[in-house]
Amino acid sequence: MNLYVIYPEITVLVLALALIIIDLLLPSEETRRPLGYITILVLSILAISLFWQYHLTISAYFYQGLFYYDNYAIFFKQLFLLAVILTVLFSLQYIDTMKYSSEFYSMILFALTGMMILASANDFLTFFIGLELMTISFYALSGFGLTNKKSSEAAIKYLIIGSLSTAVTLYGISLIYGTAHSFDFAVVCKNPEFFSALGIAGMMMITAGIFFKMSIIPFHMWAPDTYEGAPVPVTGLLAMGSKAAAIAVFMRILFEAFFPAADYFMPVLAVFSAICMIGGNIAAMKQKNIKRMLAYSSIAQAGYMMVGICAASPQGLKGVLFYAFLYVLANTGAFAVVTVVALEKKGTDYEQFTALSQSAPVLAMVMSVSLLSMAGIPPTAGFAGKLYLFMAVVEHGYLWLAFVGFIMSMLSVYYYLKVVRVMYTGKSDGSTITISGAVRAAVLISMTATVVFGVWPQYLSMLTDFAAITFLR
Amino acid sequence: MNNDLNPALFYFLAAVMLLSALAIVYCRNLVYSALFMVVCFLSIAGLYAMISADFLAAVQIMVYAGTIVILIVLCIMITRRTTMERTNMPEKKYILRASVLAGLLFFLLAYIFVNSEVLPTTNNIIALSGDTVSGLADLLLGHYMLAFEIAAVLLLAAMIGAVVLAKGADEK
Repeated sequence: MNLYVIYPEITVLVLALALIIIDLLLPSEETRRPLGYITILVLSILAISLFWQYHLTISAYFYQGLFYYDNYAIFFKQLFLLAVILTVLFSLQYIDTMKYSSEFYSMILFALTGMMILASANDFLTFFIGLELMTISFYALSGFGLTNKKSSEAAIKYLIIGSLSTAVTLYGISLIYGTAHSFDFAVVCKNPEFFSALGIAGMMMITAGIFFKMSIIPFHMWAPDTYEGAPVPVTGLLAMGSKAAAIAVFMRILFEAFFPAADYFMPVLAVFSAICMIGGNIAAMKQKNIKRMLAYSSIAQAGYMMVGICAASPQGLKGVLFYAFLYVLANTGAFAVVTVVALEKKGTDYEQFTALSQSAPVLAMVMSVSLLSMAGIPPTAGFAGKLYLFMAVVEHGYLWLAFVGFIMSMLSVYYYLKVVRVMYTGKSDGSTITISGAVRAAVLISMTATVVFGVWPQYLSMLTDFAAITFLR
Repeated sequence: MNNDLNPALFYFLAAVMLLSALAIVYCRNLVYSALFMVVCFLSIAGLYAMISADFLAAVQIMVYAGTIVILIVLCIMITRRTTMERTNMPEKKYILRASVLAGLLFFLLAYIFVNSEVLPTTNNIIALSGDTVSGLADLLLGHYMLAFEIAAVLLLAAMIGAVVLAKGADEK
């Protein structure tokens, strides 16, 4: 048993429990802002400390081959930590307006623990429990806007559809266990009986369950309503963390447990990916609410990331990791702006964004850069990410998929620029939005990183290469 | 602990289970549905007991037949209404689509199960040294210890979330 392997999870968990206890000790009229600062500080130290954990030697296990601690898992843990740190940073003010702010922080940390477990899970039991820890925290988090009816609607919809997908996943796991007589990914793929009708049914069910979490069309019906109703920071985390965690574990399951069948998966995944890119982008065009628009755009982004999975090569995986990273950065920028606007103007429709360039020039600029990065316009990181993804998949022979992705990226510019147009035209009502230092820090970090990784992707590219190559040997 | 299934008992339990499951869906009164759920869960527990999963059978009775059903009945009680008639009406609109899909899934899975040769048979049943409880305990606290610990965290997170949502916005 190797306790050292789970130190990131233990740190996050201890922090979550400490926050609950500190909340009890603090007088109830005190502000809960310090809890946010503690969270950011501890998580930042943890994220930086993980840089020293990348290794060239054989990766460590927690216990008998369960809970793998390889570069791939470490990369994703850093990604989740970054997403949570930036989310907490830009939503300190938003969380202050909530009734149960310290519980909100600890629920976010519980969800983070679940995501980190998913990145490392190397058997179906740990995978399932990690998935549940993440999604159950998110069910509660989406209902945290207690005075808002839409928030309750979001939580209930997510709970019911999420439970359904959990049940499907669990049934699939039981079928896999019935054929392969093991939970361990490494053992499952070696069992010759695994590639039978029963095993295939199990694989399909597990895949469908994960697709729910990734909100791949046609398993996306919960996403727009949940994204719209949930508190903005939670929407941001759902779009960044939850989706990236599902992709992380899906790639591990696909390339480790389902490895004998992986080649047969690729054409199916290519079709799903194309549907996602087409459907997500077209549906995003006619949305009137920015949060709903971002929900559909995140469906399309999941489609782009699936393109990289279809390539089934270290280059493809590297593309997915790279894209996931800058997708987090772009989304932080966008959701930070949406959070501030939701707080100041009490709404997230297009009207609330009118003439944002006059009331808050910084926010309008960050929003534009983030959206351009999502669309993949050259100076931003989104271009580099899409380049890696499409290059990898063309090398694998899916020229049509890269073509669909390219056309859809072009189309997506339309609705991203629609937001920019709304922000930079229209008449201002003369009000100015004051931006707190924390929000300013978060949006500037995300914008700088988006531009820097766009013109100079070398170091991030090296890191993702390293994580991908040691994973798919 | 014998491994041979008594066919008569099996078919009886399966029939009871199916009929009570149908009754859960088709009862117009929600309380009756909840009570039929007890019957359904008890017959599932019987099936577990027949395949020597004695611990699972006990858990099924305690958790599902006991707690879950009581929880449902309590929920019905606190959401007060004048009459319990027509509280569990079927959704007519989707019935055709749903039955086609469910039937298709049933036939596909039935085909797979009937033709499958890898289902647990007598030669791949894992032999236990002691009783099932200690076997389970060995696995949960040994091999799958991490998953077991995470399950504890999961319950805590679920509890905190439930308390926050249940307290709601009204109370001070």
